[in-house]
Amino acid sequence: MTTPLLQVRGLSVIARTGQRDITLVDRLSFDLGEGEILGLVGESGSGKTLACRGLMRLLPAPNLRVEGQSVRLAGHDLLQLDEAGMRRLRGRELGMIFQNPSSHLDPLMRIGEQIAEGIRLHQGASRREARAEAIEVLRQVGIPDPQSRVDNYPHEFSGGMRQRAMIAVALGCNPRVLIADEPTTALDVTVQAQILRLLLELRDRRGLSMILISHDLGVVAQTCDSIAVMYAGRLCEHGAKHEMLARPRHPYSAGLLACHPAAQPEAVRMTTIAGQPPLLDDLPAGCRFESRCPQAMPLCRQQLPELLEASPGHRLACHTPLLAGGLS
Amino acid sequence: MTTLLQVKDLQVQFPAAGSGLFNLRPRKVSAVNGASLNLAAGETLGLVGESGCGKSTLARAILQLTPSCGGQVLFDGTDMNQGNPVDIARLRRETAMIFQDPYSALNPRQRIGQILAEVLQVQRKVPAAQIPARVGELLELVGLRAELAERRPGSLSGGQCQRVGIARALAVEPRLIVADECVAALDVSIQGQIINLLLELRERMGLALLFITHDLGVVRRLCDRVAVMYLGQIVEEGPVHEVFTAPRHPYTAALIQSIADIDPARRLPQDPLAGEPPSPLNLPSGCAFHPRCRHALPGCGDTAPPEHIQGARRHACVHPQLPC
Amino acid sequence: MSATFALRVRLAWNLGNGRLTLYCGLAIVLGWCLLALCAPWVAPFDPLLQNGDLRLAEPSLAHPFGTDNFGRDVLSRVIWGARVDLQMALIGVIFPFLLGTCIGAVSGYVGVWLDNACMRLIDIVLAFPFLVLMLAIMAILGPGLGSFYIAMALVGWVSYARLIRSQILVLKQSDFALAARSLGFSHRRTLFGHLLPNALFGSVVFCMSDAVLVLLNGAAVSYLGLGVQPPTPEWGTMVAEGQSFITSAWWICTFPGLAVVTLAMGFSLLADGVAERLGDRS
Repeated sequence: MTTPLLQVRGLSVIARTGQRDITLVDRLSFDLGEGEILGLVGESGSGKTLACRGLMRLLPAPNLRVEGQSVRLAGHDLLQLDEAGMRRLRGRELGMIFQNPSSHLDPLMRIGEQIAEGIRLHQGASRREARAEAIEVLRQVGIPDPQSRVDNYPHEFSGGMRQRAMIAVALGCNPRVLIADEPTTALDVTVQAQILRLLLELRDRRGLSMILISHDLGVVAQTCDSIAVMYAGRLCEHGAKHEMLARPRHPYSAGLLACHPAAQPEAVRMTTIAGQPPLLDDLPAGCRFESRCPQAMPLCRQQLPELLEASPGHRLACHTPLLAGGLS
Repeated sequence: MTTLLQVKDLQVQFPAAGSGLFNLRPRKVSAVNGASLNLAAGETLGLVGESGCGKSTLARAILQLTPSCGGQVLFDGTDMNQGNPVDIARLRRETAMIFQDPYSALNPRQRIGQILAEVLQVQRKVPAAQIPARVGELLELVGLRAELAERRPGSLSGGQCQRVGIARALAVEPRLIVADECVAALDVSIQGQIINLLLELRERMGLALLFITHDLGVVRRLCDRVAVMYLGQIVEEGPVHEVFTAPRHPYTAALIQSIADIDPARRLPQDPLAGEPPSPLNLPSGCAFHPRCRHALPGCGDTAPPEHIQGARRHACVHPQLPC
Repeated sequence: MSATFALRVRLAWNLGNGRLTLYCGLAIVLGWCLLALCAPWVAPFDPLLQNGDLRLAEPSLAHPFGTDNFGRDVLSRVIWGARVDLQMALIGVIFPFLLGTCIGAVSGYVGVWLDNACMRLIDIVLAFPFLVLMLAIMAILGPGLGSFYIAMALVGWVSYARLIRSQILVLKQSDFALAARSLGFSHRRTLFGHLLPNALFGSVVFCMSDAVLVLLNGAAVSYLGLGVQPPTPEWGTMVAEGQSFITSAWWICTFPGLAVVTLAMGFSLLADGVAERLGDRS
């Protein structure tokens, strides 16, 4: 296999509070291939959003910092770049779309101008070329009548259209990797399906790689090639979609799958994971899932399991994994 | 089963903001536009629909928290829309509501114990001396430790706050609980805990539950019957299993198709529904759904669809069965 | 969400700075309160005692702040003046606060015509310059501290009413207000028991900075001869009296002026500190 497009090794996001350091994202490592869609799944507070913000070095608070071995994208190591270099890369190589398009689009700027701004900045196009390109991008994201819509303001768009517009803004810079942070959470189910379909189409047409952050396994199941599950700031399992959904080996992934309302629709009671995630400023020494894990052993309490390759293409951080294929 | 709640042709309108600079032609938004529902004692009815379809407004109008401008809300046979203070007071004593955002539904300055005690005190459910004991009972009922009574909502997790919200609703000893998207803001693993709690409480106390959600997967697990709402109207109503296996309204069919499934073999549905709901400011004429409907007939844009009632099922569409 | 966690982290970080301002402000204000309480024992001289031999004496060991044109000890007058000025700051804030809070809360909660009427009333009060309106009221009531408090309440409630009203308007829409109604709570309980405690935060902070304004207003009114009457020691009056000697005896108005400045600074530091502490808790 060729070298992956994006190679993340040991990415950590650390918060400094007073005299203490709190590790919010702990040594995240993964590869993203050309045209691959990676689903990053986890509950709120598991660090999935922060990991991607760290990747783009766009952290939401001044006391947060990124550490790690390397984040390689198209020959650059993002961790070695200075802020100016990072700025050049953002947008052009790495695009990002967010959960709430209304708050991430400038309400006082026409949609077309917002798209054209990125095109002119990153491709050095003229005003007229950029406008033509903006119309083309709007057409690609499925906005009807792009010639007239290009001059609209965000408030003239409906929720789903705004999400399409935000995707268009990100695509205008022609990135190679698109990070989509809960892109459909704020949308209705019928519109959600439309947006997910659009993301899949864009991958097929442009060869775009994507990291799709979601708390909903259903969304990930229908779109992604591989799935990574995060818990309390750590990656606990990462593998191909079919493998992960059919035979999850980490007790937490299995629990998440069983909790989904669509799992076992005939049973009356919902399956749940008892308890709550640990606080990140008071982490146990051993496995972070230990207190909620039905499989826990004494070893789990003492030693933090490392993310190791369990089978080709399937990585796992667990001392007591569920057995593959239901064999005992 | 006796009918506990009957909603007949309920209308709720809001004045629309921003209708011209000088507001010369005041416009109205019809949030609820002739909705009808039935809910029997001890039954769980799921009310589903997309955001902005008026499901929350309908719930608030039923509980007389939003003024309605037409139709009837019969609670236990009494029309609450008449606004008789004695009737409203009875409605308050026998219904309760659970909210979407567990944090904003609780007064951040009150302790958990105070929140529950206040309800007991105002509604005079138990003598003053027994209030602390009853608070402990309520907390235990929803699976919280009694020590939490001393904490404030800010120091609890979302799931715990939602349990407090449920405990507060139960303090009223209601016959009907209206749950407005009460699991939407919670994590999947916590969602299951809350739904199980509701299932358990319903069995133990014979509560009627109006469960409002956009998540059809949850409805399938929790509800006896389901009502599907589109732009202020109920387009289909019926027993959950029948509706899910054989939807009759094209909108219901599209919703069911778009449920995000965890089956990896299932691909994304081929365009279940084009477009987006139109603005309630200018509702389409005739059937509100016809601009997005793939089975629309030429007449759908002119006349309101007829209502078909077959057994326990009811739907409003020109087609008596869903066309293939 | 990870973002909310980050926010909490950031707030904790800010809290360190907030605590410092809070304690500094508290120290200054409490220091003045202590001085005012202990004035009979702390002040070296009787503030009203005139000493014909020691007119306009420069600051010395016996009279660290010097003496004024009647030979009264300025230090003693500053210390005794703290009593009057602190009382003015306190009472001058409390009445407008209570009046404004009640009007604003009821107006925002009830809405419709009552809200409209209150807003127009506020507009009318705001249409006059603050000091001019106060002076007009005091001119009618006659000079003195009592009429100062009445004028302060009649003019100062406006800002509190507006602050509280806007908060109540937002909180009225919140889920817990709806919950209170759905549980059959009376309007009085909902408004005063649930909405108001959550709305007070902004006004409590504003109270502190308003105390500064009241202090300066009191000084200004006294300076114009309408507030505290001589020979009662009061900082504003002292500055006014010393003004004619500013070139020959700078100490007469400088020390009371500094007193006003330090107390005002104490109040505003306290306001900032309280704002950050309360902001974190809510």
